[in-house]
Amino acid sequence: MVSPRLSTRAASIRAARSDRARGAGLRTKDLAYVAVFAAIMVVLGLFPPIAVPFLPVPVTAQSLGVMLAGSIIGARRGALAMLVVVLMAAVGLPVLAGGRGGIGIILGPTGGYIVGWVFGALVVGLITERVWRHYNLGWAVLANVVGGIGVVYAFGIPWTAVVSGLPLLPVAAASAIFLLGDLVKVAIAAAAAVAVRRAYPVIEAAPQRA
Amino acid sequence: MLVGAGIGLFLVTDARVLGAALLVVVLGFVVARVPWRLAARQVTVALPFLVVILVVQGFVGGWSTALVVGLRIVTLLALAGLVTLTTRAEALIAVVETALTPLRPLGVRPERVGMVVLMTIRFVPVLREHADGVRAAQRARGVERSFVFLTPLLVKTLRTADGLAQALDARGVDPGRAQR
Repeated sequence: MVSPRLSTRAASIRAARSDRARGAGLRTKDLAYVAVFAAIMVVLGLFPPIAVPFLPVPVTAQSLGVMLAGSIIGARRGALAMLVVVLMAAVGLPVLAGGRGGIGIILGPTGGYIVGWVFGALVVGLITERVWRHYNLGWAVLANVVGGIGVVYAFGIPWTAVVSGLPLLPVAAASAIFLLGDLVKVAIAAAAAVAVRRAYPVIEAAPQRA
Repeated sequence: MLVGAGIGLFLVTDARVLGAALLVVVLGFVVARVPWRLAARQVTVALPFLVVILVVQGFVGGWSTALVVGLRIVTLLALAGLVTLTTRAEALIAVVETALTPLRPLGVRPERVGMVVLMTIRFVPVLREHADGVRAAQRARGVERSFVFLTPLLVKTLRTADGLAQALDARGVDPGRAQR
C-alpha cells in the first residue's frame, strides 16, 4: 500500500526536477492541481457574500481559497489557480462570490482584491516553499497573514480608493472590518495546510539558492 | 470586446453618453429575450455596494460625479451579465483560448489553459460530491459536526486530481505538449 505511492512520488519528484532543469512548464498533474484550487475558489464563491457598511467590498469566503492554494500547492501553481479564476471571471463566468462574474467586476471597486489574489497566493506559496522542511502551524499562520491578508489588501485598498474616487485613508480604515474574518480564515487555512502536508504533501521544498 | 467596452466606459465622463450606452445594453437584453427578473438580478446583486458608493461619492466628490460613477458601474454590470447569459461555457472557453493566442511566444499554451478551465468546471461538482462523502463518513463514525472537515476533503480531491492527471497522460491528452 505504501511502497507504490512512495515510488510514484519519487518518480514525480524526479520528473519535476528534470522539468525544472529544462526550464519547461507544468505536468498534467500540476494542471489538475491548478484546476482543483480554481474549483475550490468557485465553490467558496457559492457562499453568499456579506455586505459591509460604508465599503463597496463584500466579505467573502474566497480569501480562504487564496490561502489554501498558496499553502498547499505552492507559489507557482497557486498563483496560476488564481489566474484561472480571474480569467474565468473576466470572460463572464459566474465564479466570483454570489455568482458574480464579468470584466465589470474586475474593473470595478473590488477588482484590486481579485487581482491581489494572484499575488497573494504567490507570496503565501513562496514563504511556504521556503520553510517547507520545518513547516508548522506558526509558519503557516505567518505565510497566510503576509500573503493572504497583507498582499491582498495592498492591492485591494488602493484600487478601491481609486475606482470609487474615495480618499485612501478612510478606505483603509474601513477595511479593518475584514481583519477579523480574515484572521479566522488564516487559522482555518493554516490548520488545514499543516494537516494536508502531513497526509498528502504536494509542495516540494524550495531548492537552496546560493 | 468586453474589456474594450469596460475601458471605454471608464474614459467616458459624460452622463448622457453613459445613459445611451446603458440603453443599448438594455436593448440587448430585450433582443436576447432574457426574462426581466433574471436581467434585473445582474445588477441588483451589487446594489448594496452601489448605494454605498453613490452616497459616499455624492458627499465627497459631488452628485454629478456620483451619477457618472453609478451609471458606469450599472452599465458594466449589465453588459457583463448580458454576455454571460447569452453565451455558453464552451464558447467562453473558446474566447479564452483565442484571447491568449498572442501570448504564445511568452510560453502560454492556450489549449492547456482551455483544458484547465474545463477541468475547473468539472471539479466543482466533484468537490461537492467529496464534501458529501466526507460528511457521510464522519456521520457513520458518530461524528456529527467535526471541525476537521477541510483536510479529508482536500486530500480526497488532490487524489482525484492525481488520478485524472494519470488518466490524461495515459491517453496522451496534453494539447500543449502534442503541439510542440
